[in-house]
Amino acid sequence: MSSTPKASERPTNPFQMPSTAHHVIRQFSNALCIAFAVLTAAFAIIVLLYLIIYITLQGLPFLNLSFFTELPGAFGSSGGGIGEAIQGTLILVGLASVIGIPLGLFTAIYLSEFGTGWFSQAVRFMVDVLNGIPTIIFGLFAWVLIVIPTHGFSALSGGVALGIIMIPIVARTAEDVLRLVPQELREASLALGATQSRTILQVVIPAATSGIVTGIVLAMARVAGETAPLLMTAFGSTFWFTGVMQPVDALPLRIFVFTDSPYPVQINQAYAGSVVLVVLILLTSFAVRWATGGFKRRF
Amino acid sequence: MSIQVYHLNAWYGRKQALYDIQMTIPFRSVTALIGPSGCGKSTFVRCINRMHEELPNAHAEGEVLIENTNIYASAINPIAVRRHIGMVFQQPNPLPHYSIWENVAIGARLNGLASGKALNEIVERSLREAALWNEVKDRLTLSAAALSGGQQQRLCIARALAIAPKVLLMDEPCSALDPISTMQVEELIMKLKHEYTVVVVTHNMQQAGRIADTTAFFLHGKLIEMGETKQIFSHPQRRETEDYITGRFS
Amino acid sequence: MQGKIATTGEEGLRSLLSTLTGGNRRLSDILFQGVTALFVLLTLASVFGIAWVLVSYSLPTLATFGWHFLTNQAFDPVHNIYGVAPAIFGTLVTSFFAIIFAVPIGLGAAIFLVEFCPRPLRPALSFIMDMLAAVPSVVYGLWGFLVMAPWLISTGEPWLHRYLGFLPFFDGQYHGLGLLAAGMILVIMILPLIISVSREVMLTVPRSQREALLALGATRWEVIRHAILPGARIGIVGGIILALGRALGETMAVTMVIGNQATAPSWSLFNTGYTLASVIANQFGEATPGLFLSALIETGLLVFIITLIANILARLLVSHVGRGRIGGLAA
Repeated sequence: MSSTPKASERPTNPFQMPSTAHHVIRQFSNALCIAFAVLTAAFAIIVLLYLIIYITLQGLPFLNLSFFTELPGAFGSSGGGIGEAIQGTLILVGLASVIGIPLGLFTAIYLSEFGTGWFSQAVRFMVDVLNGIPTIIFGLFAWVLIVIPTHGFSALSGGVALGIIMIPIVARTAEDVLRLVPQELREASLALGATQSRTILQVVIPAATSGIVTGIVLAMARVAGETAPLLMTAFGSTFWFTGVMQPVDALPLRIFVFTDSPYPVQINQAYAGSVVLVVLILLTSFAVRWATGGFKRRF
Repeated sequence: MSIQVYHLNAWYGRKQALYDIQMTIPFRSVTALIGPSGCGKSTFVRCINRMHEELPNAHAEGEVLIENTNIYASAINPIAVRRHIGMVFQQPNPLPHYSIWENVAIGARLNGLASGKALNEIVERSLREAALWNEVKDRLTLSAAALSGGQQQRLCIARALAIAPKVLLMDEPCSALDPISTMQVEELIMKLKHEYTVVVVTHNMQQAGRIADTTAFFLHGKLIEMGETKQIFSHPQRRETEDYITGRFS
Repeated sequence: MQGKIATTGEEGLRSLLSTLTGGNRRLSDILFQGVTALFVLLTLASVFGIAWVLVSYSLPTLATFGWHFLTNQAFDPVHNIYGVAPAIFGTLVTSFFAIIFAVPIGLGAAIFLVEFCPRPLRPALSFIMDMLAAVPSVVYGLWGFLVMAPWLISTGEPWLHRYLGFLPFFDGQYHGLGLLAAGMILVIMILPLIISVSREVMLTVPRSQREALLALGATRWEVIRHAILPGARIGIVGGIILALGRALGETMAVTMVIGNQATAPSWSLFNTGYTLASVIANQFGEATPGLFLSALIETGLLVFIITLIANILARLLVSHVGRGRIGGLAA
């Protein structure tokens, strides 16, 4: 039983789209959808590629040895570098990792291996809360907690702020990866008589190592690019590192300060510093893809 | 008008799934496709309404003539082909965010077959044809997800019938159903064959024996044997067919 | 099998502990659990610590101004009157501007990635989207300040004024830096988040529903409209709220292009302004202990609360938001 279309609409070939207004609109809407999707995707891609290429072109010429090894020259003079900012970033990320890695990792272990009740739901919620807080708030926290009582900006306060920022990044990635370790591994280990702690430390974590390391690297790269929390903690400087209770410079801070500068030398160095950051995220993006490609990405 | 298939080949990526299939599917009757898992019967059926190529990296070549028109001709739009062929899947797949009424009507509505009150008639007629009307006529606005498995499958059948197809393709329609629902769907198929050309993929030989006029046996992507159901099951011509039917492999 | 190499003392301690803890657990387990518990509690302490610090250090201005903090017009250390009305205005304007443009673009791009993108391209494009999400805020700010703002003042704003100047939004003095610049930068910054959440949500719609519609002769758009979008709708809304939260808390890029000066209130997007987050970044250097400091902290408390609400709302709508993906933190 087939419905018979009116003679004026009956296509000569039964498998052709009829040419009624309804069908013209259908095909038009479909074409519009495709066009819109393609254009918007192209926009997003082009914007990013343009940004990355522009910044690289502007900054690459100024990435030389002195950039990495010298201190900023007197304002207006050419030459000099931002070695202290690179050094500072490394120190701050190191300090941050002392807090971020253990707290993040063990929180992940707790969420993955231990709790299933309301408390672990609460912990997971808190980790998500932590993840969503704008990073300047962490700066405020460290400012009140450390800078004000010690009457001065310090690398320590910056490290603390960055460290807390690291916690949820490490925790979420590590938890995901730990959960993917097959339950059979744990059961086999326990059945052989190993304690739970031994099972976790010597069986589960090693199985998840690449994912955990990826999460840590990701977190470190993320905080390396953070500026706002350092404004009121590490504060920045133009000298080499002098002590953990002294202000210290950082790459994003230096970029921020130099952006405003009237001197082209420093603008160039700001671009160059941005190239360093972009390369950093490029490398970590690759690392993440490579390490988690098997089970995370769905195309 | 029957369906004629000539030199049909199909691939998933590099892997060939159908080899030079040639068959004629008789008009207004039930044709069953049987064979072990992975033999290509589902792939074949999906080639008839050009659904096979919707899978990633899948493609098919050959000729499939419906009403003497080769639907694989380059000028043919697959969307226009599918409009004339109804398909029922192994897992009932009603649209969960739409009501029962909307599920049945959607094919007709999208294809511009009717609107307004005429749609109501189509919905009722399709649901009656699918033997579901009495069970749902008072709750047409409820979500389709609220129905039982057997009811959902009949809803999917109604949805396919609503677009007034020339052919009805069913890919293991009863696999996910309980025995009673299976029986209801089989009765339905026996009724439908008077109006539609029905092709049923099944892994259940008894089912083929019950409902099919013609049966085709597939193995490793090739059509081994096809003929009247009684003939196939009592006097199979090929040894592979006989082996499968007598359960030497499954 | 593990041998028993315990001494009597350890055995005794173990049995004592297992009696106390009601289970057959060993000392190493207890230690490990203790260390884990400690770090978990420290993590929790940091969340609560932040909240506590924000509240308690805001008390002076909370007590002094109450709700007027939200309506006072400026940070005025001379007269010791503090208020964030213009900051709230700037925050809302820039964030909603960003949402208005980023949502359609983001949805369209997500649809492209899910439905129309040729398979070989997909990994590369996803990678590019993730990169966009990971670029530090200060780099966006650098580009915005050095490239986009000058372009706006020379080309962009005059063009807008010429063709759309009848709208009050584009009727005003050109500054380059300002609300429009901040809004535009935010569009770029929240775009990848909307794209990635929308895409993930759309991918969870089962293929069976797409096939059901395709088999009825539906076009690609009809499949998207009737199979994918109904199922993905809730998650997409969650993603939008998440992106809104991100925009509300974004600090560096906004600070660098928004001008950080209040101008006389008007509808013009060309005006400079500031946001709650940019106020904090700009003013902390001047902050003297007392009311000024308290006002800054209270501003931080406001930012904390609104982003918290946005994140909780989003979380209710989308589970596993951004899990394992780069992106999600504001700078």
